[in-house]
Amino acid sequence: MKRLVFLDESAHVIFHAVLVGSIYLLFAGHNQPGGGFVGGLVAGAAISLRYLAGGIADVRRISRFRPWTILGAGIVVATVTALVPLLRGDPVLTSLGTEFDAPLLGQIYASTTLVFDIGVYMVVVGLVFMVFEAFGDDGPDADDGPDADTDSGTKGEEHG
Amino acid sequence: MIALLVLHGLLGAVLFPSGSRLGRRGFLIGGIAPLATFIWLLTQLPDVLDGRPVVQHIDWVPQLGIDIDLRLDAFGALMVLLIAGIGIAVSIYSAAYFSSTSTALGRTSGLLAIFAGAMLCVVMADNLLVLYTGWELTSITSYLLIGNDHTKIHARAAALHALLVTSMGGLAMLAGFVLIGQAAGTYRISELLAAPPSGTTVSVGLVLVLIGAFTKSAQYPFHSWLPGAMAAPTPVSAYLHSATMVKAGIYLIARFAPAFAAVGIWRPLVLIVGSATMIFGGLRALRQDDLKLLLAYGTVSQLGFLVVLFGIGTPEATAAGCAMLLAHSVFKASLFMAVGTVDRHLGTRDVRFIPRMGAGWHLFRVITIASAASMAGIPLLLGFIAKEAGFDALRNAEVGGNSLALAAVVMGSALTVGYTARLLWGMFSNPDRRHGGPHVGVKPPTLRSSDRPSLTYLGPIIVLTIVTVGLGVVPRLGDRLIGAAVGALDPGSPSVHLALWHGANLALLLSAIALAGGLLLFVGRTPVDHVIARGGAIPSGTMLYARLLRNTNNGATRLTGLVQNGSLPIYAGTVLLTAALLPGIVLLTQTQWPGWPEAVGSWAQLPIVLALLGAAIAAAAVRRRFSAALFLGTVGYSMAALFVVQGAPDLALTQVAIETLSTVLFVLVLRRLPDRFERTSTSLRRVVRVVISLSVGVMVFTFAIISRGNRIERPVSDEMIERSLPDAHGRNVVNVILVDIRGLDTLAEITVLASAGIGAVALARVGRRRKSTPKPATPAAADPAEVTS
Repeated sequence: MKRLVFLDESAHVIFHAVLVGSIYLLFAGHNQPGGGFVGGLVAGAAISLRYLAGGIADVRRISRFRPWTILGAGIVVATVTALVPLLRGDPVLTSLGTEFDAPLLGQIYASTTLVFDIGVYMVVVGLVFMVFEAFGDDGPDADDGPDADTDSGTKGEEHG
Repeated sequence: MIALLVLHGLLGAVLFPSGSRLGRRGFLIGGIAPLATFIWLLTQLPDVLDGRPVVQHIDWVPQLGIDIDLRLDAFGALMVLLIAGIGIAVSIYSAAYFSSTSTALGRTSGLLAIFAGAMLCVVMADNLLVLYTGWELTSITSYLLIGNDHTKIHARAAALHALLVTSMGGLAMLAGFVLIGQAAGTYRISELLAAPPSGTTVSVGLVLVLIGAFTKSAQYPFHSWLPGAMAAPTPVSAYLHSATMVKAGIYLIARFAPAFAAVGIWRPLVLIVGSATMIFGGLRALRQDDLKLLLAYGTVSQLGFLVVLFGIGTPEATAAGCAMLLAHSVFKASLFMAVGTVDRHLGTRDVRFIPRMGAGWHLFRVITIASAASMAGIPLLLGFIAKEAGFDALRNAEVGGNSLALAAVVMGSALTVGYTARLLWGMFSNPDRRHGGPHVGVKPPTLRSSDRPSLTYLGPIIVLTIVTVGLGVVPRLGDRLIGAAVGALDPGSPSVHLALWHGANLALLLSAIALAGGLLLFVGRTPVDHVIARGGAIPSGTMLYARLLRNTNNGATRLTGLVQNGSLPIYAGTVLLTAALLPGIVLLTQTQWPGWPEAVGSWAQLPIVLALLGAAIAAAAVRRRFSAALFLGTVGYSMAALFVVQGAPDLALTQVAIETLSTVLFVLVLRRLPDRFERTSTSLRRVVRVVISLSVGVMVFTFAIISRGNRIERPVSDEMIERSLPDAHGRNVVNVILVDIRGLDTLAEITVLASAGIGAVALARVGRRRKSTPKPATPAAADPAEVTS
């Protein structure tokens, strides 16, 4: 597969930076702009960058897990977080939290809503993976393989 | 109590996936659940019989008044006794009945345990909605158990039939529950019955509840699923389709009748439906060659009797109903097991082929005759006492139509005697039986016919028969339980007693008439069969069901063809036009124009809005799909810029992220579409599209302006902003709304997202598979990237 070294390398560098940014958004969300949904979308943008650079093969290399595993795990995390308060006799989705002092970070308020938000984040990321899986290439059974397709795509982007 | 329900569920969940690993022992393990219930019941019985019900309460959805309320009173105890007692018997019997190599053993035993739990939930529930939950769970387990042998198409069809009918009734019942619950202001059954509401709503609700009860208890015209359900293995039929599940409807009628019998058309409805069911079911039973089907129609008939007894709502009839409930469950379960024993040992249960039984079958013969005699209502057996009490109660009931109902019931009893005679004759002494090869599909009698049934087969039947005989000879044994059950159903009722000898009164005479009539039916069976065979011309319930199902399917297909024509422009047009017109009409007629708002808030907005407008117009005007997608993206980014200017960084961030991603996704999808939009559209179509787009635009525009000026309540966002930090510890209100205040919405939304993703992948895969078979001559989509370059 022919690749553009410049795009390839920069995508790899930027990818991790954007990913860190998305995780920052996820955790900062409760008090500053951000949150699981936005964080997931930003991570999705990072994933699409990898797609532009290396096609679906590169996207698949990001995570060991299958897209639906991530998506399903996200749903499970969110649902379980929603249901756990029932065990204590509280209504669904009651949030629990504690405040504590952490070294270097200062005062931190940790809450179950963050876990819920992580679930949302995973669902969004899983969905992005799934869409690339669905539309990203023609799969192994098609004649015009994914490599040729995405390759010309990346080249075109570079020109444009 | 809740622990018992959980125990059933857990046992079921453990047994269900075990396959054939545990073998037939699985049934004995599953039997632990009814055994535990039985022992627990014995410890509670003294209290319950003295009128002190056991109560348990767990909050479920307190805001909606839905709580898990469980309550065991004496009538509930009677039901629990049946569920647990017959459950134990069936567990033991199943361990003998099922072949040890069957792969479905684990599933069957697990489902039986789950079913028993669901049934307990029905009879112990003190909340209408909890009762409904258990009720539907029994329908589902019944569905799975009828279709136990999933390789047989008729078993699957019968299972679906049962599920459709009972769940349709269940939905009607749910609607009835809601109507009654709203009218009464409570869903607690005990409170509801203590102060019964009245009015038209309640009458309608009661009819709906009765429909649910009739479907579950196989009353005409909904009865036809029950004979079909005989596709289930015999232990399942004995347990679900004669002793317990079909009694759920009876249970409901019994609960409601004392309070509601006089409301609306309750009494005429139950008397007519119950009487008709008793007679028609009996007539059908007379015709059956398959003993199991004979018993099934017999069950339908007896359920009709029970509906009459419980539905009428007088204490006397209720007492007779309780006795009949007990008697029927006991003798019918043992008869089902007897037929199953014959089937397993002799290879057939068709009266035309059952071979003569050897000497080893003597004990079997005695106990079967005892149970059958109880069904026919022969004195000294429980069935007789119950039936005679029923005759007496109907005669004394001071309600309209009681003599008609009495006549119907006597006729039904005569039919019962008739088909009981047929059962015994067919099983033990049919002189016309053929020894040659039976028809295709019926297993030929094997050499095992000289075997005698083992004690695991007979044990459960013997125990049940002892109950039949014991309570028949000494009815006082059951007096306390049944008296307390009546007291629980109808608190004001005088105490009732069962008696063997009521004196030489009308009831005794009627019993004699029924007996004689039944024997006459049997003796003159050749002409009788002839007459009944003509009745075969009347469309049976099964045929009605099949026709209804077919017509529904055809109608749905036609409607789908009409509504879902597969044209995306028409779908989009319909949705948009509805969205524009309906609110638009309200806007025009119900609101006032608040005047134009300030046109320009800050000068920074101007260039952004200009770019936005330009991009929007360009998106609509361009011919290439890819350019349109890019312009749409520009519109989105301009919106984000507008959010920034307005001081909403969070919205802007989300908008940018969404736009970035959706542009990329657009590109992915557009690769597969033609480069340009279609050019074939006529000018008329174009006009229609322009009109729709403009009306949507105008509607959204005016809506935005008018809704600002027509606020009558304080905006809910004010409270959200106020409570965000103190209650949710978050300064970002948007996020607090998403994960806390409206967390349930978010949960639902991510579920929708997940379904959409799964759908997209599935669709893409299907499309790919189709495409890969014939190779496309030219690439379907021009590469979008090349378009831009």
